[in-house]
Amino acid sequence: MAALMPAPAASRILMSGNEAVARAVWESGVKVAAAYPGTPSTEMMEVVATYPDIYAEWSVNEKVSLEVAIGAAYAGSRAFCCMKHVGMNVASDALMTLTLTGVVGGVVIAIADDVGLSSSQNEQDSRYWGRFAHIPLLEPADSQEAYDMTLAAYALSEQFQVPVILRMTTRINHVKSLVTVAERVPHVGAGFQKEPTRFVMVPGHAGKRIPLMLAREDKLRELAETSPLNFIEAGSDKRVGFIASGPAYMHVKESFPDAPVLKLGYSFPLPFEKCRELAAMVEQVVVVEEVEPLVETELRAQGIKVLGKEILPRQGELAPQVLRPAIDRLLGEVVPELQSTAALQVFPRPPTMCVACPHLGVYYTLSQVRNLSIAGDIGCYTLGAGHPWNALDTTISMGASMGVALGMDKGRGVTDKDKRILAVIGDSTFLHMGMQGLLDIVYNKGNVTVLLLDNRAVGMTGGQDNPGNGRDIYGEETPRVDFAALVAALGVKKERIHTVDPYQLPVLFKTIREEVKVPEVSVIITDQPCVLVKDYHKLKPFEVIDDQCTGCGNCIDVGCPAIHVTRRGKEIKPSGKEVDLAFVRIESSVCTGCGLCVQPCAPKAIVHHVPVSPITLVKSCGV
Amino acid sequence: MSDNTNILVVGIGGQGVMTATEILAEAAIALGHDAKKTEVAGMAQRGGVVSSHLRFGKKVLSPQITPGTADVLLGFESAESMRWQHMLKKGGITLMNTARLVPPVVELGLFDYPQDPLAEIRKGGNKVVAFDATSIAQELGDIRLGNTVMLGAIADHLPFGAEILLECVLKRFARKGEALVELNRRAFAAGRAAVGAAEAVAI
Repeated sequence: MAALMPAPAASRILMSGNEAVARAVWESGVKVAAAYPGTPSTEMMEVVATYPDIYAEWSVNEKVSLEVAIGAAYAGSRAFCCMKHVGMNVASDALMTLTLTGVVGGVVIAIADDVGLSSSQNEQDSRYWGRFAHIPLLEPADSQEAYDMTLAAYALSEQFQVPVILRMTTRINHVKSLVTVAERVPHVGAGFQKEPTRFVMVPGHAGKRIPLMLAREDKLRELAETSPLNFIEAGSDKRVGFIASGPAYMHVKESFPDAPVLKLGYSFPLPFEKCRELAAMVEQVVVVEEVEPLVETELRAQGIKVLGKEILPRQGELAPQVLRPAIDRLLGEVVPELQSTAALQVFPRPPTMCVACPHLGVYYTLSQVRNLSIAGDIGCYTLGAGHPWNALDTTISMGASMGVALGMDKGRGVTDKDKRILAVIGDSTFLHMGMQGLLDIVYNKGNVTVLLLDNRAVGMTGGQDNPGNGRDIYGEETPRVDFAALVAALGVKKERIHTVDPYQLPVLFKTIREEVKVPEVSVIITDQPCVLVKDYHKLKPFEVIDDQCTGCGNCIDVGCPAIHVTRRGKEIKPSGKEVDLAFVRIESSVCTGCGLCVQPCAPKAIVHHVPVSPITLVKSCGV
Repeated sequence: MSDNTNILVVGIGGQGVMTATEILAEAAIALGHDAKKTEVAGMAQRGGVVSSHLRFGKKVLSPQITPGTADVLLGFESAESMRWQHMLKKGGITLMNTARLVPPVVELGLFDYPQDPLAEIRKGGNKVVAFDATSIAQELGDIRLGNTVMLGAIADHLPFGAEILLECVLKRFARKGEALVELNRRAFAAGRAAVGAAEAVAI
């Protein structure tokens, strides 16, 4: 990404939460920033990489990104690391010991919780990590706060030599609102000072750090009581007082403008006395928190009477349309009916694979092979579970397809005796956490066919660069992983490794059919780029010759969104069986000529599109 | 309830819904309003449903439009304009592109595309203005102008004048040359005219 001139100080800019954090990271004098892409966190690192005087990287996974930040902080520099909620599951091994050593240069870890699961395999509450690791956690409620709290987090981090978590949610990361920005303040690290009792966490050293960590937590709790990030707004309607943080605070203010509210910005450790102060002001206290009842449970343990998840949902966002009726019911008031327009039922529109996506060839082929159990992974290719392919049977976590496939092989039940076990994984997911799983399959002599879909991009999050395409976050050339050599090095036999063009359906079909029959591990690598990245080149589009289309519908089974049905019909086969017909056209303006749909078309009705232009007309008249 | 203006822009991933909403937000901010813009757009890049919320006024708290409180629904596609009708307040207006983008699940015969989305929306009793923004863009020479046609379409249904919005649209193309600026100026005008003409017929 090209470096831009940062906006001047004191500008008021429309920024997403992600952009606001990136700006504050730059202003804080951060030297090193590392991340693995993941919705809704991705743009933080993309934007950090546009600022000057800061080193940014796409790391191969979140654990590595945190470790890079740790190293920079030990050297005295300020460091930043960001990830989506499930990323911290991966990074937590490092976090749980980092809390013992603490940091020298400030470290802020921004974790983006996908509340409402807009693009994730689960819904997690990252506020647990503050408690688990005994480190402070800040929760912004809009872009300005995301910016302000990132600046505050670096000061806090260095004051207590502790990493600080900035807990965001999709409704903070992706919402745009106004932010007033300032200047970058340079920060110079002193350099790494050896101190084995602090930085070498062997049992004898680590045991002595635990009391220090607990004493630090006591001090952090005292500070929470006086932090300006936690404040009470008095309000006039004392029937219900609210304790809220993050986007839920905005929803509370929107819904109950007159209610007393304790806004928690510095939400771990909790300021118990401030909570008591609010409780004393009102008839009853409702804790509004996304997602888990954390604050609620801790306040109850303190003997503070609060309501929470017994009246509010434990899943999803706590938007005004959720909050208002819940509080109306609590107060015994009539819940007013919504004065909205009646809802209309429309077909679902699930996300689709792109026109000409190389994965289309893979899933079309898999849908034609019988007797498979297919362990899937995280990426665009998870969409293979949907129509028309229905060719992906499990999705768990990054890299899980490998272990799950091996487990399916070793744990065959009654109906699995003759099943062929496949694993499908993308290039970036393989490098993130799949390599170890493949090594496990090889080492333990598993009978799994691995499809490694190398499309040279982290596709689902927007086509970021990775070690598989040989470009770094700045688009600069860097060594590119040779997947065939890599899997061979892990122990896969040379004759069991195939690199196949996913647009060549007969070859792909034959390779998969042969490899699933071989009772040992095989790896089939597909090697065509994601259509959204610059490595992809469009070809001449296709069209359908209408009077040659027989309506068989084979091309529709490819699943390309450029194919549209023009009319439907029925046909009685000689056998007396009635079949449905669907005649098609190709939207030539979006077709990029991959040729996948041409291959299953028996009557050869799909041909290269000839644009209608006066010149062509004259020429054809001349023939 | 707050006195914010609530605008809902809906369509499909890749149509430019989020950019259009951002330009609307820039216009509101240029006039000194506070504004927040948010999306429900999971994997929208893959042809999924996108609904983009814009709220502006003196002070905006929650970024989300509560169902039943949208003032204007700007629909980039027919069925998508139907899908979000419950977000409109009673008396709200729908400005919709009549283009139909049929997804694979419909082509596969698993679901039906509604026969007449415009008629379905009319049954709700709110005002609807329909126009073919996609054809207008094509006639101007580039389907990608559809986004600017849509912004022209909403220009006379905002609590501020069309000029500031046009200015914000053209600013986006300033670096790409005068020809493109001019083309977008025409697309914007065509969108305004299309809505004006459709409304004249309705009266």
